Amino acid sequence: MHIPDGFLNVATVAATYVVSTGGVSYAVKEANKKLKEKHVPLMGVLAAFIFAAQMLNFPIVGGTSGHLIGAALAAILLGPWAAVLIMSCVLIAQSLIFQDGGLLALGANIFNMGIIASFSAYFIYRLATSVLGDGKRGRLIAGFIGAWGSVVVASVACAIELALSGASPLAVVLPAMIGLHAIIGIGEALITGAALSLVLAARADLWQLQKV
Amino acid sequence: MKWWHIALIVCLLVAVISPLASSSPDGLERVAEDEGFLAQAEDSPYQVIADYVFPGIENEVVATILAGLIGTLILFGIACGIAWLVKSRREERAG
Repeated sequence: MHIPDGFLNVATVAATYVVSTGGVSYAVKEANKKLKEKHVPLMGVLAAFIFAAQMLNFPIVGGTSGHLIGAALAAILLGPWAAVLIMSCVLIAQSLIFQDGGLLALGANIFNMGIIASFSAYFIYRLATSVLGDGKRGRLIAGFIGAWGSVVVASVACAIELALSGASPLAVVLPAMIGLHAIIGIGEALITGAALSLVLAARADLWQLQKV
Repeated sequence: MKWWHIALIVCLLVAVISPLASSSPDGLERVAEDEGFLAQAEDSPYQVIADYVFPGIENEVVATILAGLIGTLILFGIACGIAWLVKSRREERAG
């Protein structure tokens, strides 16, 4: 869902840069209060894993592919503000070094796949665990739902930006984006669920760190 | 070995299998193509490791793996570095 340059108009580029700059600054502030020494290697591993896993596009229907976003995994394990920092590192490196995602569109990409995806995953996960319980099963199912939801909500944000920029009318681009990302989200949910099970099996204590 | 040594090796293994990725357009590209605004996309004004293919290597599989390994290590370093820089210093002061 990396937006290249050329799709967004100046107003959308400016607005998303302002919001994302504010969001990342606030994430730094929150991390400054709550992030501890123990969080540091997990932040590094999550950024490394999300980068590598994002390279692995999986085929869905009709000659289309999707890949992990990863914000859900980071937000569920470490909390939404830490996830915003991790996703920003990944998206900035992808744009600057790998020419994936435009330089002008970077604000929108951080907004969609960093801020929106992290917070939607976190809130859906919290809501789901309050219903399903905080046991292993409840947490994994909640993680699965949160991961799926984060992709769909991020695709809604992306569709709105495209429509506001005049790339395509909302009535066309919104259902098209939601339709494909509801399928891609299943891949996100499966990968997130597998990663969370691995954490539970190998180092369950990492999931107990204070959320940032 | 610390847990994150093993975890980082797993991440590097994921990067090694990255040439297996589907090369079909992703969800956004597909929508852009179907709705006729894909041509609006502009190329970056410069290229470093564009499209996850390390430049100057003829074998594309090797070039992709190399790009993946470099990126994975860079992201591990950057995220650890930023986390270390911004983390709370309260414990240290109290101790």
